[in-house]
Amino acid sequence: MAHASEADTTVASLSETPLADLHRKLGARMVPFAGYSMPVQYPTGILTEHNWTREKAGLFDVSHMGQCFLVGPDHATTAKALEALTPGDFQGLGLGRIRYTLFTTTEGGIIDDLMVTRAADAGADGTLFLVVNAGRKTVDYAHLAANLPEDVELVVAEDRALLALQGPLAAAVMARLCPAAATMGFMTAISAAIDGIDCAISRSGYTGEDGFEISVDADKAEALASRLLAEPEVAPIGLGARDSLRLEAGLCLYGHDIDEATSPAEADLGFAIGKRRRADGGFPGAGRILSELADGPPRLRVGIQPEGRAPAREGTEIHDATGTLIGLVTSGGFGPTAGGPIAMGYVSADSAAPGTSLTLIVRGKPLAARVVPLPFVPHRYFRKSAS
Amino acid sequence: MATYFTKDHEWVRVDGDIATVGISDYAQSQLGDVVYVELPEVGKQLAKGDEAAVVESVKAASEVFAPISGVVEGINGGLVDQPAKINEAPESEGWFLKLIIADKGELAGLMDETAYKAFLETL
Repeated sequence: MAHASEADTTVASLSETPLADLHRKLGARMVPFAGYSMPVQYPTGILTEHNWTREKAGLFDVSHMGQCFLVGPDHATTAKALEALTPGDFQGLGLGRIRYTLFTTTEGGIIDDLMVTRAADAGADGTLFLVVNAGRKTVDYAHLAANLPEDVELVVAEDRALLALQGPLAAAVMARLCPAAATMGFMTAISAAIDGIDCAISRSGYTGEDGFEISVDADKAEALASRLLAEPEVAPIGLGARDSLRLEAGLCLYGHDIDEATSPAEADLGFAIGKRRRADGGFPGAGRILSELADGPPRLRVGIQPEGRAPAREGTEIHDATGTLIGLVTSGGFGPTAGGPIAMGYVSADSAAPGTSLTLIVRGKPLAARVVPLPFVPHRYFRKSAS
Repeated sequence: MATYFTKDHEWVRVDGDIATVGISDYAQSQLGDVVYVELPEVGKQLAKGDEAAVVESVKAASEVFAPISGVVEGINGGLVDQPAKINEAPESEGWFLKLIIADKGELAGLMDETAYKAFLETL
């Protein structure tokens, strides 16, 4: 039997997160990922972990991701500095609000996707908190360092861990341990203590479920994780289930679904381009990106449902009804909640409408598939009722 | 019945001229939850080392190689609807296929259970 490679197999001196000991204690299988030794699964396995997260609350160690601050004299200055590198509206970002954005290249490609938080505390104003992908930290920090104005400083938070608590019962867990968090709106952030440990808490995630992302001092991370795991609804979840959950939620994975050759319009990430930025431009690659948003890009990221049971993995060729190669699968596998194979990939614009018949070439054989709307599993983000 | 193992973690159980082929418990534990299996057609001629089947977990696809040469005499069709059998009972109910053995001499190149266990210790 031969394994297809599990993506990143370079072994050279892997970093560990502050939770490495805990992962080993929990019986995790550790694999190299983006330069870190990370838990791909715990003894229960990916299917069980995936389903647990959809039904209860899963705890993920995402400390490999990059956490940094942009520190300027006031909000407008820092926001403008970030807007010079992204198509997001940060001048208009409210206190305690989070926004998804992209660092774009001058050619309109994507350097990375990231989350940006403006602290709820007006006293900390002028600071934006960024969370970037593990595999792009070096590139992102160099990009920021080279492009920030003199009065905005990049401060990398090397000594912090990041946990994600995701699933329909995450809020019930937080209600017991940190009542202030349980009433937060989606895509908002607060500073609060969980069981006496100071945390920066966001209501956000990468699974399509309600949930929280919790930034904490590295030396408090194991105590916090253990406290959360002591709750009956909470189980540890590895990167394997994180990937199947985010694929079902139709969310992009950098380096797979998006990269420097992919534009935000092609990737169907137009929601990340603020209204004011669409009108005014002034971000890297604005020419290409805005014209693609107006006229439609030549190719589009779509959801793909293969017929039958065979998964179509990343790199699978996509052909249209005439047998012409029109793109590649960029993420593909088995969706436990979807109950079958699911994939995302790029197709030419005239084949992007839901329902369009496609042919995937899996192990040399044609496999019927069709374009379907994303996500595969409906998002269940927390929506605060307007009152 | 003698059972043999390969370094690629297939097992072969020999009963007269028929060899039953599957993957080892170690292989299933490394794969994780199996969600899809593709079996060969009955009658297909396989040379030692040919791709005999495909097994996919949530994470990745893997090939199962023919540990010896032969003609496919039967397949465990129930795996298609119940691929989890491969995780639950890899060395019994989770078998993949039966071969009419072409050359029993090829068995000499495989490991017996003791040798395979010793081999696993080295991984």
